[in-house]
Amino acid sequence: MIEVKNLCKSYGEYAAVNDVSFTAQKGQIVGFLGPNGAGKTTTIRMLSTYLPPSSGTAIVAGFDVLREADQVRKRIGYLPENPPLYGEMTVREYLKFVGEIKGVPRAKLPEKIDEVMERCFVSDVRNKLCQHLSRGYRQRVGLAQAIIHEPEVIILDEPTSGLDPKQIIEIRQLIKSLGKDHTVLLSTHILPEVSMVCNKVVIISRGRVVMESMLADLAREKSLEQVFLESVSREEVVDAAACVN
Amino acid sequence: MRNIIAICKRELLSFFVSPIAYFVITGFTLLVGYFFFNLFSIFLQQYQMAPYLQMRGMPLPNLNQVIVEGLYQTMIVILVFLVPLLTMRIVAEEKRRGTFELLLTSPVSVSEIVLGKFLSLAVVIFVMLGISFIFPLLLIIYGTPEVPPIFSGFVGVLLCTLGFASIGMAVSSFTENQIVAGVSSMVTLLLLYVIQAPAESLDGSAAEIFRYLSPVDQVQDFIRGVVTLKSTVYFLSMIVFGLFLSQRALDALRWR
Repeated sequence: MIEVKNLCKSYGEYAAVNDVSFTAQKGQIVGFLGPNGAGKTTTIRMLSTYLPPSSGTAIVAGFDVLREADQVRKRIGYLPENPPLYGEMTVREYLKFVGEIKGVPRAKLPEKIDEVMERCFVSDVRNKLCQHLSRGYRQRVGLAQAIIHEPEVIILDEPTSGLDPKQIIEIRQLIKSLGKDHTVLLSTHILPEVSMVCNKVVIISRGRVVMESMLADLAREKSLEQVFLESVSREEVVDAAACVN
Repeated sequence: MRNIIAICKRELLSFFVSPIAYFVITGFTLLVGYFFFNLFSIFLQQYQMAPYLQMRGMPLPNLNQVIVEGLYQTMIVILVFLVPLLTMRIVAEEKRRGTFELLLTSPVSVSEIVLGKFLSLAVVIFVMLGISFIFPLLLIIYGTPEVPPIFSGFVGVLLCTLGFASIGMAVSSFTENQIVAGVSSMVTLLLLYVIQAPAESLDGSAAEIFRYLSPVDQVQDFIRGVVTLKSTVYFLSMIVFGLFLSQRALDALRWR
């Protein structure tokens, strides 16, 4: 479960994330949607305890990301925008290392490695060096790394970027299956992805949440595309007004 | 502890899968071998003059003084240049390719990261110095040197190298550019190597301080076969200082 309240992150004068609040319950796949540069990655980095928030709070898996970061780290799986792979390790060696530092019990580790490789469709490259992998494989090894310790909360930053259409379908299915017993936060700027995979959507623009809604409630009235365009441009109108004043 | 070992093992894998460790170790062995050969020739030359020296009541050449001491002192110079090549990537590379994000969002403490990385450096350094120990070993096998200074000297050089590595790692923790890390640690170590220079023109306690700060002066006791508490404390505090700085630098990353 994720509970974000008034989260802010500023670099000097510039507010990258400004007063973001939303929630994600267990079993939900939340699409975190926004144009490039909207503050998606910064928010996600705060939720993953990589960056400390400037103000506001975020509770991830029941713990505060700032004060109980250690507890949060044990309970999250995180795939950053660029998969954090060690080029000189084979996929298997890499997953073993991640399993070790994420605290997977030693006896269970080999079995877990095989399982995640299977789930993320990377078994065929298990003995290849990470630096020789194509973008699509790198992305999926990154995903395997994020779920190896069965985290309560899974945070994925643009998990389908760089994948071919077949891989995208496979990964979307995988994410859907993860959503059954985990909380998944999925950042993306691909609209159809959200309507296909997620059951909740949070739209962010210029560091602010402009809309938070269950996808089911949304579809009745307008398409996601309409809503997205409206909420993003509305925000821009507000900004323009502020500039005039 | 498990995390430290995991990180250390991963670093070692990086060292020995990529050619860095092999190149540095080979280069070191080559240079030390070359100096050993030269020091040995000098000793032979002096030895041939032994009857003449004896006649004039001058001291005979000593295997320990000429070869062992010379060799260990040269090693320190070589290490000033080679250790930065080992340490420059240790943290900087991790920051650049984004794997640091993985480490910092895993249930691993910054101290564990620092200790794991330092442990891997210690292993590489031990292997490197161990291979070069073959040269003093040849003296023990084929000559009659005083054995204890050979071992205490080795320990001294090892401690000194670990101190260098610790400082190199601290420098690497401050940047994400490997070249910057490499050059800065080389400059730092070189400065440390010549730090006793002002002692020549100073006197009293100021000169003492500069001499005390010099790793060359401190390792001298070890090389001569005297293991003093003072020098041991000096090198251990150098190691701890480097580890502390690395820990602080990486902790600071979490507070941007």
